[in-house]
Amino acid sequence: MISRWEDIIIETISRFLVPFMQTYSLYVLAHGHGSPGGGFQGGCIFAASFVLLIIAYDIFEAKKRFSEKINGVFCALGVFIYAGIGWLCLLLGGNFLDYGKLSKILPTDPIMARYYGMAGIETGVQITVMAIMVSIFLDLVTAGRHEEAMEEEDVGSDSK
Amino acid sequence: MIKKIVSILIAILATSALLVGVKDFPNWADPNQPASVHVSPRYIEKTVEETGVPNIVTAVLADYRGYDTMFETAVIFTAGVAVMMLLRRPYKK
Repeated sequence: MISRWEDIIIETISRFLVPFMQTYSLYVLAHGHGSPGGGFQGGCIFAASFVLLIIAYDIFEAKKRFSEKINGVFCALGVFIYAGIGWLCLLLGGNFLDYGKLSKILPTDPIMARYYGMAGIETGVQITVMAIMVSIFLDLVTAGRHEEAMEEEDVGSDSK
Repeated sequence: MIKKIVSILIAILATSALLVGVKDFPNWADPNQPASVHVSPRYIEKTVEETGVPNIVTAVLADYRGYDTMFETAVIFTAGVAVMMLLRRPYKK
């Protein structure tokens, strides 16, 4: 179990660093079209910011910022967004994942609709990768018993 | 001992069988090799006008091969769920 090891320099710097990492991950996602990047890489950077929070503080402090249930919902939400865009194209009369047909509901021509369709699925990939990375890290680092350990006693808050 | 000799023999045989196939490879960086003349020119020439994306890698990953990437995401999801199922068991005290 990760207990808190207080160090004001580490905590301040990582608290300062997390928003920059998350902004950079969104930059990697949004510029996946024009430069190297995309959902997989951006999701990993986003998850790294949460991992930094867990390492610098402890699990109980970090879980105040993202609950585990919401994280589990996000795991499935990304795949749902990806497959949902595919089905949307199917409903609009095209093939599965044929983003050109999205121009019927987006105010653009079919070529740019493909661009925005790709942006949508990359967002789905980013959400899934981020949530799964955080989930696997939490499971491995606590051997899967953090919910229970949180209930029985607050190990981390004793050391404050 | 006999197991070791047999496994070394099998390894040598398999390696030589693979090495025989190497001489049929196209030359290094040959522009006329089959991988370069089949679909690559079409992607290089048509990506921008067909998809509006300046990055060919993204266009292939998310548009031309979007089905593949969807199941790649599903594989990551499945791996995460498998870790959850293996580790988050009811804990016995």
